[in-house]
Amino acid sequence: MALLLGGCGGPLSALDPAGPGTASIARLWWMMFWGSAAIFLLTMVLFAIVMLRPNWGARVSPLRWIVCGGLGLPALVLPPLAGYSLWTGEALLPTADRDAVRIEAEAAMWSWTFRYPDHGGAETVDILHLPEGEPVEIHLTSRDVIHSFWIPRLTGKRDNIPGQVNVLWLQADGAAGEEGAIEGTCAEYCGIGHAAMRFEVRVHPEDKMEAAIAATPRGDPPRMRTELPVPAGLPVEPLR
Amino acid sequence: MTREKDAGAPPEARDPIRLHKALTRIWGAGPGLARLSSTNHSVLGMRFMITAGVFFLIGGILAMIIRAQLSTPQSAFLGAETYSQIFTLHGTVMMFLFAIPMLEGLAGYMLPKLMGARDLAFPRLTAFGYWCYLFGGSIIVLSLLFGVAPDSGWFMYVPLSSKPHSPGVNSDVWLLGITFVEISALTFATTLVVSILKIRAPGMTLGRMPIFAWYMLVTSLMIILGFPPLILGSILLEAERAFGLPFFDPTRGGSALLWQHLFWIFGHPEVYIIFIPAAGVLSTIVPVFARHPLVGYRAIVAALVAFGFLSFGIWAHHMYTTGIPHMALAFFSLASSLVVVPTAIQIFAWLATFAHGRPRWDVPMLYLFGFLWIFVMGGLTGVMVAMVPFDLQAHDTHFVVAHMHYVLVGGFVFPLLAGLYYWLPLATGRASRFTLARPGFWLIFIGFNLTFFMMHLTGLLGMPRRVFTYPGHEGWMWLNVLSSIGGMVLTMGFAVILADLALHARFGRRARRDPWEGGTLDWAIPRPPTFYAFASLPRIETRADRIDPRELGRELAAGEGYLGDTRNGWQETLGIHVTTGEADQVIIFPRQSYEPLVTAATVGLTVLAMLFKLYPVAVAGFFVVSAMFVFRAQSAGLREDHGPLPIGRGEAVPPHTEAESSPPLLALVVALVADGTILASLIYAGFYNWLVAANWPPPELARGGLIPVALAVAALVAASGCARGALAALGRGGNPVPWIGAGIFAGLAVTGIVGAILAGLPDPRSHAHPATVFMLVGYIGLHAYVGLLFLVSNALRYRAGYLSARRRLDLRLTRVWQDYTAVSGIVILLVVLALPALAPLAEGRP
Repeated sequence: MALLLGGCGGPLSALDPAGPGTASIARLWWMMFWGSAAIFLLTMVLFAIVMLRPNWGARVSPLRWIVCGGLGLPALVLPPLAGYSLWTGEALLPTADRDAVRIEAEAAMWSWTFRYPDHGGAETVDILHLPEGEPVEIHLTSRDVIHSFWIPRLTGKRDNIPGQVNVLWLQADGAAGEEGAIEGTCAEYCGIGHAAMRFEVRVHPEDKMEAAIAATPRGDPPRMRTELPVPAGLPVEPLR
Repeated sequence: MTREKDAGAPPEARDPIRLHKALTRIWGAGPGLARLSSTNHSVLGMRFMITAGVFFLIGGILAMIIRAQLSTPQSAFLGAETYSQIFTLHGTVMMFLFAIPMLEGLAGYMLPKLMGARDLAFPRLTAFGYWCYLFGGSIIVLSLLFGVAPDSGWFMYVPLSSKPHSPGVNSDVWLLGITFVEISALTFATTLVVSILKIRAPGMTLGRMPIFAWYMLVTSLMIILGFPPLILGSILLEAERAFGLPFFDPTRGGSALLWQHLFWIFGHPEVYIIFIPAAGVLSTIVPVFARHPLVGYRAIVAALVAFGFLSFGIWAHHMYTTGIPHMALAFFSLASSLVVVPTAIQIFAWLATFAHGRPRWDVPMLYLFGFLWIFVMGGLTGVMVAMVPFDLQAHDTHFVVAHMHYVLVGGFVFPLLAGLYYWLPLATGRASRFTLARPGFWLIFIGFNLTFFMMHLTGLLGMPRRVFTYPGHEGWMWLNVLSSIGGMVLTMGFAVILADLALHARFGRRARRDPWEGGTLDWAIPRPPTFYAFASLPRIETRADRIDPRELGRELAAGEGYLGDTRNGWQETLGIHVTTGEADQVIIFPRQSYEPLVTAATVGLTVLAMLFKLYPVAVAGFFVVSAMFVFRAQSAGLREDHGPLPIGRGEAVPPHTEAESSPPLLALVVALVADGTILASLIYAGFYNWLVAANWPPPELARGGLIPVALAVAALVAASGCARGALAALGRGGNPVPWIGAGIFAGLAVTGIVGAILAGLPDPRSHAHPATVFMLVGYIGLHAYVGLLFLVSNALRYRAGYLSARRRLDLRLTRVWQDYTAVSGIVILLVVLALPALAPLAEGRP
């Protein structure tokens, strides 16, 4: 348990929120975690009792066992859980009236190209710049196979699928200026370079975005990429 | 059913030793290599289980290699390329070559024994299925030795697995090998459905069946409906890879997500197909150790049926991240969480059985405890990942890897081990001492939890699945170290179990009858089981888990039940009416034979030819296999009318050749349900691409043309009419050959017209639309061709004397086939005509 609560950090941790998306999902997770622990315990205790105290359980008729456990318990747990989950999920969706910053994330085997039409149309490779505290609309596409865009500290993942455009909403509330605090990764297996298909997330105040994007050197791989034993033939340079 | 008063078995048959010897002469498999010809359910069931066990060990070794690689960051043990083949093969082997065949083997081995039958419905088909499994599985596993194993993950997502991104033979190995193995799964499931419905002890109505039979009936029906979408998907993907038909290529009107839909419409039921039989094992064991009959028999059956239905409505919960609208996902999320209900009903029925019984503790119970602990946890994480927002984080991470292993190892491997220790005395005839079973259990249990519990956390800390290494600053290292240590403990546990089995086989003492005091028929037969299983067949008057095997076993061995004597050297068992449970026919099994082996080997060579792109050889193989099936049919059945045959207890029923509803007819209907599901999947694929894919409408529409379509419909109807005419002629005692000849002419006309339609289509490589029409029309052609094989066989068998006014089975089968061909053909032609009219509607789409 200490391990659970103590070791939740890390640049890719879904339990260490740096934005409202992950924060709400982490709430859902902790709720489900404690609920599951209770149900698990209940089942094990019931099993221990029926094995050790045969007469105790015989007072409850078989039908009542099945109805209470098989129908009653799920009826008690599932509707509130499903409702809360639906509400959480709806809050993760884009709402039309918000004036979000648009960023394009194009995946290719095995690198990420980010374009910033709202910030001068420049592009960066494997380094994503985000404005602090602003809702961002990420347009996800792929040039070859299916990839999946995932920044665990900001929100859930969404796939980059060739032939369609997926849109993901996220917002970074903290970590402005902190190097290496937030990372992103490809989550869908996409070939031998999958493990290396990571990217760095840098959060800036909105007015510093354009300068930061312009100052990002091209073809400069992020730190965690250089530490990997990159497979032979894996392009460290982004594909053109 | 007819009754003849004085037609019991003759008195001299009552000597158990003489009866045993006589039955063994008829049913026994030859020694040594002659065993390869065996079609016996005990031999084949055991062979399935042992082969699956070997594949389990191979999959386990692959898993250990994975754990070794991931235990430290930046490990240089394996390269990315090797790693991709190993994790793909681990998943593929465990799902397709271990779990499914293992449950088939168990069901094939146990069901006849539990239901009071001497064999499964179609022994030669069972043998054929086994060889298909062995050859297909071997092709897949051996590919690793040549470095060309599948490497796109066990669910083979396109476009990664399609030609441009996987130019090697790796994906073809998966697609062809798995399809080959799935032939085995489908033949086996058909056999099981028919066996469960038709071949039980007289008096055993559906409501008296041992509960395991209900579990397997539901499982088999799920296989019948669940496997065809993947088979179709595999055929389409192989057609795209080999011939350029673009079903999944978004640049030519295909869709990458179509594959995911087809895969998971199969893939989710698949998971329950694995769990349900294992739950059936537990439902068989629980009452024995609770010393109380299973409570909630009807509730469990209802829960199973609900489980089966739900499992087909929740596939999209594997696709939450693909961009499907949230409200649609909410539906799948709700359906997924509803699965909790039937699962909880099961578990609480077991708990209630214990609560009302006088539970005792023994080795199988230990594994049941392991199941409960691990499976409940896996079920709870299952509810978590069914919730859309949480799954957006957990999907494709080690959290899902952990969940899946908790459900599958908890829900399949632990019950299987419980079943293994429960039925070991039956299979080997030796009493269990289980000295190593307990330490083995604790090693497996602790090792498993250590390995996989950690993965929940690694996943939440952001570790995606299928990465071959990681830099190490993410906080994943210690969790991975612990997982790897747990993996080693787990492996040691299985080694201990293997040692225990070896000791048992070598040193175990002779077991007495019914060592666990179970109440099912399997304990009423000799141990180890004889080839014929039951010396005579029981009559069942109570629920089949409440009998006394010790008393009954002695009576049956003395030949006091049905069929307590031998006749004409026939391998006989009784067929019953599906619902009343009264005997309605004597089923006479074909002799054992090498034909299944030879046919499967030829199919294997055909598959290899396709793998090596030797298409002329593959086409030749296809025709040789067709000829073999026709040839094989020439020795089945009887050449004379027998009328009702005495079966003992004063009853007499006709042989299956003269019965109204014989097993092959039911089997054909079941097979056509699977076939129809393939067609439905193909039509679904066509509409899916039309509705969703990019680059529509196609540059040139595929139009069948009204005149060819009308001609094709006429020829299809004519062929179906001829089949009916032949059947009616035979029934009047007339000669059906003229009708058969006319049917052949109509069938040739269908193939000719279909060929003309195909030739007139736009290039099927140009766009998904003509490609789909090509496959649809080709489907009619293939069915017309198989119809011709039926007709040729009919003509040959009529001349050889196998058909008569009472023995009309062959022509009935042909009629069903031709009717299906006509109906499916007309549906297809209507779809083909309708598609061009619908295509312009797609123009307004993004």
